[in-house]
Amino acid sequence: MKEMLQIVLAAALVENVVLSQFLGLCPFLGVSKKVKTAASMGAAVIFVITISSAVTSLIYQYILAANGLEFLETIVFILVIAALVQLVEMFLKKSSPALYQALGVYLPLITTNCAVLGVALINVQENYNVLYSILNGFGTAVGFTIAIVIMAGIREKLEGCDVPKAFQGTPIVLITAGLMAMAFIGFSGLF
Amino acid sequence: MKMKGCTERIYNGLIKENPTFVLMLGMCPTMAVTSSAFNALGMGLTTTAVLVMSNFVISAMRKMIPDKVRIPAYIVIVATLVTIVQLLLKAYIPSLDSALGIYIPLIVVNCIILGRAESYASKNPPLLSAFDGVGMGLGFTLGLTCIGIFRELLGSGTLFGAVQVIPEDFTISLFVMAPGAFFVLAFLIAAQNAYRNHKAAAAGEEGDFSAAANNGELACGGNCASCFGGVCVENRGKLAANSAKSAVQPAKQAPASENSAETKGGTKA
Repeated sequence: MKEMLQIVLAAALVENVVLSQFLGLCPFLGVSKKVKTAASMGAAVIFVITISSAVTSLIYQYILAANGLEFLETIVFILVIAALVQLVEMFLKKSSPALYQALGVYLPLITTNCAVLGVALINVQENYNVLYSILNGFGTAVGFTIAIVIMAGIREKLEGCDVPKAFQGTPIVLITAGLMAMAFIGFSGLF
Repeated sequence: MKMKGCTERIYNGLIKENPTFVLMLGMCPTMAVTSSAFNALGMGLTTTAVLVMSNFVISAMRKMIPDKVRIPAYIVIVATLVTIVQLLLKAYIPSLDSALGIYIPLIVVNCIILGRAESYASKNPPLLSAFDGVGMGLGFTLGLTCIGIFRELLGSGTLFGAVQVIPEDFTISLFVMAPGAFFVLAFLIAAQNAYRNHKAAAAGEEGDFSAAANNGELACGGNCASCFGGVCVENRGKLAANSAKSAVQPAKQAPASENSAETKGGTKA
């Protein structure tokens, strides 16, 4: 139990996917203008990464590793993730229109998120079993959500600031992200 | 004539449309692997190898691939090539393979690869496309290595891990850690904005390029580090259109138009 909690916390805080591993930077920079949209994006990412970790880890263990086809991981994972996002979108549309309304717009965008593929690859690299992979995926996605929501909060405040012209837009966001990354380094002493 | 086209492609990739400094493509690996110059060089050359091969193969197959499934087809081709390169690295340069880790398989989702496939290789003959790959790849390598040298020099005081230029007591270790990557990139983009604003002002235009082009109106932020090519190219087109539009509009209206652009981009994608 303790180990499971440790995996989730480490993935969310210590090895934060955006601020220390630089994965999923595009939505982090692109969809972090308002707290509300950032939170929806975060929810969609949690949903997709948790499911995709489960599926890719099952496929890796019972199809690829069982047949000695580990070298196919990259190509299989990317196709599975792309197909999965489409499936999840269709399924949600049919079964839970309310949830689809909330996450709808953000789901297709997630296919373009290297964090999803990154998590699947990390699960393999760390030799996590299916349960641990799911936990790691969930923790990573929670870390992403924490980062993007905090970033959106700061950006809402930044709107009224007098930023030098050359630093407007992406540069000031990156500097904010750098300062957040410095704060997150503090978590490295957690374990 | 043909030779001229090839050298032109290389010049275009290295200088005119340098993927790191001008197009701002592939930012995830740019930030992740540039903590040392050696890693940056390795990552750049690995990406170049994949890019040359993928451009060549995709260009050679461009008439066979149906238009509707081209993106999945490109992804399969690129993923295969990345796997081949990864296995070669594991066999011959294991130190580089372990240093770059998951960022090698993540070359698959590097925007440069699918971006070039979509915007160049799918429309041009194989030889030219391969040279486009060489140019773009070397441009990317140049960008990564420059940032890598800069961060390594300030962060650990060495050059390519060999020569200690700055004594260890005087280095700023922040630069080899994660925040350093964000800061260096921020200043790089700011410098670029300042240059473009300056140039626009010199040309007598109402220069507000930085705000228009880098405000992240699109869901991907325009910094397509990991887009799947099609989305990426499409978004860059919209971004350019947006920046042209908001250059005409007064600055006060900009926020409103950005919001509508964001929702539009979202639903479309």
